[in-house]
Amino acid sequence: MSKVLIIVAGLLLPTLGWGAGDGHTFPDDKIEIDWDDKAAMQRGARTFTNYCLSCHSAAYSRFNRVGEDLGIPDDLVRENLIFTTDVNGHKTKVGELMKTTMTPVYAEQAFGIVPPDLSLVARSRGVDWLYNYLRGFYIDDTREGLGVNNGVFQNVAMPHVLAELQGLQQPKYKSVTDSHGNESEVIVGFEIIKPGSMTKSEYDQTIHDLVAFLDYLAEPYKQTRINVGTGVLIFLFVFLILAYLLKKEYWKDVH
Amino acid sequence: MSENKNSNGLLGWIDARFPLTKMFEEHLSKYYAPKNFNFWYFFGSLALLVLVLQIVTGIFLTMHYKPDGGMAFASVEYIMRDVDWGWLIRYLHSTGSSAFFIVVYLHMFRGVMYGSYQKPRELIWLFGMFIFLALMAEAFMGYLLPWGQMSYWGAQVIISLFGAIPVVGDELTLWIRGDFVISDATLNRFFALHVVAVPIVLLMLVVMHILALHEVGSNNPDGVEIKKNKDENGIPLDGIPFHPYYSVKDLVGVVVFLILFSVVVFFAPEMGGYFLEHANFVPADQFKTPEHIAPVWYFTPFYAILRAIPDKLLGVIAMFGSIVVLFLLPWIDRGKVKSIRYRSSAFKWLLAMLVISFIGLGYLGALPLTDNRTLFARVYSIGYFGFFVGLWWISKNEVTKPVPERVR
Amino acid sequence: MSSDGVDNNRRRFLTAATVVVGAVGTVAVAVPFVESWSPSARAKSAGAPVEANIGKLEPGQQVIFKWQGKPVWVVRRDEKALATLEDSSLTENLRDVESDDSIQPEYTKNVYRSIKPEYLIMVGICTHLGCSPTYRPEITPDFQGGFFCPCHGSKFDFAGRVYSGVPAPTNLTIPPHYYVSDDVILIGEDGVA
Repeated sequence: MSKVLIIVAGLLLPTLGWGAGDGHTFPDDKIEIDWDDKAAMQRGARTFTNYCLSCHSAAYSRFNRVGEDLGIPDDLVRENLIFTTDVNGHKTKVGELMKTTMTPVYAEQAFGIVPPDLSLVARSRGVDWLYNYLRGFYIDDTREGLGVNNGVFQNVAMPHVLAELQGLQQPKYKSVTDSHGNESEVIVGFEIIKPGSMTKSEYDQTIHDLVAFLDYLAEPYKQTRINVGTGVLIFLFVFLILAYLLKKEYWKDVH
Repeated sequence: MSENKNSNGLLGWIDARFPLTKMFEEHLSKYYAPKNFNFWYFFGSLALLVLVLQIVTGIFLTMHYKPDGGMAFASVEYIMRDVDWGWLIRYLHSTGSSAFFIVVYLHMFRGVMYGSYQKPRELIWLFGMFIFLALMAEAFMGYLLPWGQMSYWGAQVIISLFGAIPVVGDELTLWIRGDFVISDATLNRFFALHVVAVPIVLLMLVVMHILALHEVGSNNPDGVEIKKNKDENGIPLDGIPFHPYYSVKDLVGVVVFLILFSVVVFFAPEMGGYFLEHANFVPADQFKTPEHIAPVWYFTPFYAILRAIPDKLLGVIAMFGSIVVLFLLPWIDRGKVKSIRYRSSAFKWLLAMLVISFIGLGYLGALPLTDNRTLFARVYSIGYFGFFVGLWWISKNEVTKPVPERVR
Repeated sequence: MSSDGVDNNRRRFLTAATVVVGAVGTVAVAVPFVESWSPSARAKSAGAPVEANIGKLEPGQQVIFKWQGKPVWVVRRDEKALATLEDSSLTENLRDVESDDSIQPEYTKNVYRSIKPEYLIMVGICTHLGCSPTYRPEITPDFQGGFFCPCHGSKFDFAGRVYSGVPAPTNLTIPPHYYVSDDVILIGEDGVA
């Protein structure tokens, strides 16, 4: 049996090297999100509602749920996180969905594309991608109207909304030659040309908090899921012992 | 009066009008199963458990889901966020569908290892194969329902395969979709089939599968027919009543399964993007194809075979052929010895080749094509079909070990 | 297979213990499914309290607001209507003059069934089988005014109190509410004490 297993493993070995990704993006950092750090997510919620929610929606999430999960009372949510009103001029209620008032028609005219809903972006793109994307905007005069490009998402239609915080940066290039002998320029660093209101580490922290919030937003019930799961597993282990003892007892009959 | 009936009380009243005790005895307390069932024999009852789980969670999902192109995606997020415990019901159903295939593939493998498809159990195997087909259809249609990018484009690719059929291909795909592209019409009919029609078919097939099994009695890891050696009361010497011995043993199997299942549901429901694919967290966009379309992991072996063949129609034929050939297994295997324990080493090598090929194909089916990968997919495809060719070849005059009279 | 040396007590105990723990587990599994039927966050959001502006109401006028999908009446009762509430020749025909059996917040458990005598805030659904009664402000010989349900003939006075001898069993329901200002009521929430 072990001989067979070794051979099976050996024959599958060549397949191991095939999952490697291709394409070079910059920045390329990894991020750690601490789900117990509610303060970081609160700061992220503030950044999100102030900068992102005007173009992007988070249409599957409700304001009061965000408040409840992150420890923000309803009145503070109303004051600091809600900036939209309904047709009668009444402020959007705290139990409502986090929609944007920008119509799809306007969005298409302004950007050429409707800014995607961000409720689930942390699950479709991943937190690392988001962290790098939001820090990857750089000056590119060839882009009409926008003036910027992005080292993670080439030719993205989004402007650098957080430029006032990060400032504007210029890419540093390096020549690389790939396995086929083709030369190309890849970005290996950035240099701030026009400073924003934050230092690099302050901006990185802001983006970290924003991404932490987006991670929460994509799966707000994650903590509940883990807590319930722990209880379920404890119960099942106890039940397993019982069921096993029962089986052993009855199988004494069988020889 | 038959001794089966309990002539007293409520049970007696029922038994005079409905074969309740009779069925209980025939299929549980007086159904004699071989006493040497091992690990591989858990998967039948686990498959039944997962079927029940999927039906119950599915019904509750249907209470909140909206089968409309404009509302489907949002209704799933509504379930995840706004419905009390909705996230759990959804994760149970999504994990359950992957669990179903893991259990079923292992269940089928048991059949191949121990020759459970051989006479007189060919019909059990055929019913099982129809269950497998129905299960694949059910999973395929269910996957369209969340209406994510992968749902939409995966369905687009697979349905367009039918276009490869000569003469009727294009009409057929138009008829299946109900529109010129995958649309609301497709979604609605897949919803009806997934929620009502195919579950009914699955339940009927499972009943038939179990009735056919109980008619001839279970096989076992030694491939010995226990009915050949009975005691003076007609009870097989190597048999034990299913209830209580296997009900109690299967309970342990169920609990172990539930532990592993719960670990996934509660701690890793996405399973690295294999159980819930990342692209499916983006609503379907018929103008934007995702960079990389792959079917869900349990279809990847067959998808790899499809892609290995450079011709569209031949690829489709090869893919369906890889499933059809399984139907024919009872007749391809001309051997008389059932269990791998007493079969030739040639059989063991062939089986290893099948396993390696199937896993290799599955791995490759999830990845984008490269020249290297296509080469290996072809090698593994040959390995897969080679099992059946090889089995047919060696089974006629196979050198086997002597099969014992009684189970070991 | 042998039955010698079988400890039946141990067997019975283990079986019972497994069944009990299994039953507990089954109930625990049923809980999420049962609770999934409760009003979702969406339903609760749609059922959120509603602001009602009553500044322009004339005496004798009724205005209808929607709260939790139900009609909520605001009636500005005039002198004549208010007088009927304490007229014993009428109140002796009421089934529940003290509003002991009906649903209302304790701050409206009075003869007016409201916070301010002039304004009645009431759910406009008949306590019989759910039709919406009509407002009858006119005082006529056969009906001293109030509300009349056309479906099965139930009659209620100007405070929504039900008359005896009609199908409806209880007085009409008063929803929680409070005055945000003189002109604005918030329907659906009790005010801060």
